[in-house]
Amino acid sequence: MSQADTSRLSIENLSVRFGNDGPAVVDNVSLSIAPGRMLALVGESGSGKSVTALSILRLLPPQATVTADAMTLEQQDIWHLPENRLRGLRGGRISMIFQEPLSALNPLHTVAKQIGESLAIHQGLSGKAAQERVLALLAKVHLPDPETLLGRYPHQLSGGQRQRVMIAMALANDPSVLIADEPTTALDVTVQAGILDLLKSLQRELGLSVLLITHDLGIVGRYAEDVAVMHQGRIVEKGPAARVLADPQADYTRHLLKTEPGGVPPVTDPARLTHLSTRDLRVWFSQRGGGLFAPKTWFRAVDGVDIALRKGETLGIVGESGSGKSTLAMALLKLTESRGEITLDNTRLDQLDAKAMTPWRARMQVVFQDPWGTLNPRMTVGQIIEEGLTVHQRGLSRSDREAQVVTMLTEVGLPPEVRHRYPHEFSGGQRQRIAIARALILRPEVLILDEPTSALDRSVQHQVLELLRDLQARHGLSYVFISHDLKLVRAISHQMVVMRAGKALEQGPTEQIFRDPAHDYTRQLIDAAFATDIRAISANN
Amino acid sequence: MAFSNPVFERQWQTFKANRRGYWSLWIFAAVFVICMAAELIANDKPLVVSYQGELYAPVFKAYPETTFGGMFETETNYRDPFVRELIEEEGWMVWPLIRFSYATINYDLDVPSPAPPSGENWLGTDDQGRDVLARIIYGFRISVLFGLMLAFASSIIGIGVGAVQGYYGGWTDLAGQRFIEIWSSMPTLYLIIIISSFVAPNFWWLLLIMLLFSWMALVDLVRAEFLRCRNMDYVRAAKALGISTPVIMARHMLPNAMVATLTFVPFILNGAIITLTTLDFIGFGLPPGSPSLGELLGQGKANLHAPWLGISAFVSLAFLLTLLIFIGEAVRDAFDPKKYLGATS
Repeated sequence: MSQADTSRLSIENLSVRFGNDGPAVVDNVSLSIAPGRMLALVGESGSGKSVTALSILRLLPPQATVTADAMTLEQQDIWHLPENRLRGLRGGRISMIFQEPLSALNPLHTVAKQIGESLAIHQGLSGKAAQERVLALLAKVHLPDPETLLGRYPHQLSGGQRQRVMIAMALANDPSVLIADEPTTALDVTVQAGILDLLKSLQRELGLSVLLITHDLGIVGRYAEDVAVMHQGRIVEKGPAARVLADPQADYTRHLLKTEPGGVPPVTDPARLTHLSTRDLRVWFSQRGGGLFAPKTWFRAVDGVDIALRKGETLGIVGESGSGKSTLAMALLKLTESRGEITLDNTRLDQLDAKAMTPWRARMQVVFQDPWGTLNPRMTVGQIIEEGLTVHQRGLSRSDREAQVVTMLTEVGLPPEVRHRYPHEFSGGQRQRIAIARALILRPEVLILDEPTSALDRSVQHQVLELLRDLQARHGLSYVFISHDLKLVRAISHQMVVMRAGKALEQGPTEQIFRDPAHDYTRQLIDAAFATDIRAISANN
Repeated sequence: MAFSNPVFERQWQTFKANRRGYWSLWIFAAVFVICMAAELIANDKPLVVSYQGELYAPVFKAYPETTFGGMFETETNYRDPFVRELIEEEGWMVWPLIRFSYATINYDLDVPSPAPPSGENWLGTDDQGRDVLARIIYGFRISVLFGLMLAFASSIIGIGVGAVQGYYGGWTDLAGQRFIEIWSSMPTLYLIIIISSFVAPNFWWLLLIMLLFSWMALVDLVRAEFLRCRNMDYVRAAKALGISTPVIMARHMLPNAMVATLTFVPFILNGAIITLTTLDFIGFGLPPGSPSLGELLGQGKANLHAPWLGISAFVSLAFLLTLLIFIGEAVRDAFDPKKYLGATS
């Protein structure tokens, strides 16, 4: 390959399989990263992108069989290096940052020790010299007030700060290649932009070559110079990012681009009646600190929120983690204690006791985020879906219930035979469909969707979103759609509420808020989210 | 529902893969079934008597001696040589394998009791001339029944209390935990001895007294499992569907807690048997005359010159306890998520 002469890191025909005759998880992958450029490796979960990254530093478990024709770093062969020399390379010339900084940092070591350890191993630095170097590194990753951070432990830092410490650790030994494996997936959207901006500026400043592994095409468009698209262990397309995104050649790349959230919610009549509303809804948790007789303090998870959902419409609730949006959902369902008014169809739900609430439960259902925790692993899909009927329509015979389960499964796009199978046989997207079927079998009017697609890949997310829109159009359902993803909320909501620290900062028609946010925080959120909007980037190109 | 479940299927396979535990279960089951029919194996009455062309089943029905031409209106003593002759003149008798019940005293011993093993008393007799093997068979049955009932009753109470504590949490949980801490710090054995001195302890009294203290073993396990489960999305979804609390607990949460419970049951069973044996050994257990492994052990200690007493009691206890431990190990394997991973995740 002629490129190998000018590339900093190059891999030729890398294959990885687990076990002796397992399928190839990575199949003849060739990559090369030029000096000072960022190569994004894009793919959905299971496409083999993380395995590729791990195999560069040979960090895969022993049962993995890795083969390659060549692997070079700055024209030097690193494929045939013995283990002890390779160890010098890891964290030295090639370093890596991971998705979840909390588990990548040792919880028992201070920041100074985490970074100092790598300095001691690779450069033999200790004492004052090491401390100065650590301070310089912390300043380099734009952490404010580095001196006070030195003695902190990982749990005392925020997610963004932890990821910055990870980056400082990775930079400790002046690497020439930095591998970043989904570095911002676990972070809030405003923090995400900061970390990626930092990586980009470091790349320019230090002439780093960065291998960025991500599932988000928006990030690729904004930050990477080059891109390689992976699908089922193979590279289906590679080239300059601008060219690939503007004019994709492979079908799969086109498919990925198409499944970025987009479109608008179905048009509705603006004169519709309010269906579900709250007034001054509060959920406070008591916190006890400092011993038995210390005064009670309150954590205000939801603090005086008014929302109004109109019939047949979608109300999007956005906010970052800890903003209280999931607690709000629990309060609406009366699954957690709350104060304030909750009104559904002119009935004050907050005044009903558990027994009087039961018939109302059929009218308001919920779908949760985690597709793995949402279905009881010991029940068949049929038993899971029909469970609601056993409470709300007691008179039904067994065959009537089964008929309804079959209808519901067809409605959510699953074959009726699956009712005899158990949840573990299904993928994340299919599980969410089952969860939707369970919620819809009672023919509810309001469906509360608590991040229903955040654990799913973009293309599956797209399908579930289409399904939700379709069901809304057909049955006139009202949705409360909770998400941290503004692109999704924009694609499905008529009205939206922005939450922060338990309060509703602003609310109104979705398009109006996106066009003209009244609050600075909303503007920040929108900027951060749409900085990586693939449609906007393509339009600018 | 639970039995056609693939998780259960996988667990049963893992259980079978532990050959030692699997065979122990079968041996235990066989011995248990045999001991349940102790009256048909070791008895001082014949199984079937044919007298003057009619059939009698003395094991199941008491016949006065006059039935067979004797003199007394009381129940026939079939071991009496005089009665035996009467019956055999005009019919026949089929005896069980061992011609002694647990309380039968063998008056025809050639040596003073305890008599060593012989053709008539296979494991010898104890110091009152009663057949050791017969007493072991009856004693085994009473020990296992006692253990099973205690394990069952304490599981039900333990699971119930643990479930309520775990599901409701908060003050309920706090109060329950503190009560258990105080209750479990009582010196159980002394309390049993003291209570035994107020009431004449029979089988049911002992069961009740020991139940007072044995139900706590499972509470912590079940409570922890329920605390973990109550925030699972599928439990929340069930609440949102309006499913009633008892149904949620039974259908969605209990199956998870059953894993921890079933793993513990063989060991609880073991503990119960050991406690009963201990009480019998020191003389505060079952009423005098009851067949009991502990009482036999006590006799072994008192009659060191008659080693067949101690050895028989020791071997049968060790056999029973070892079987249960092996079964327990296999059950633990079967419920170890590391061994059936992939089925649930």
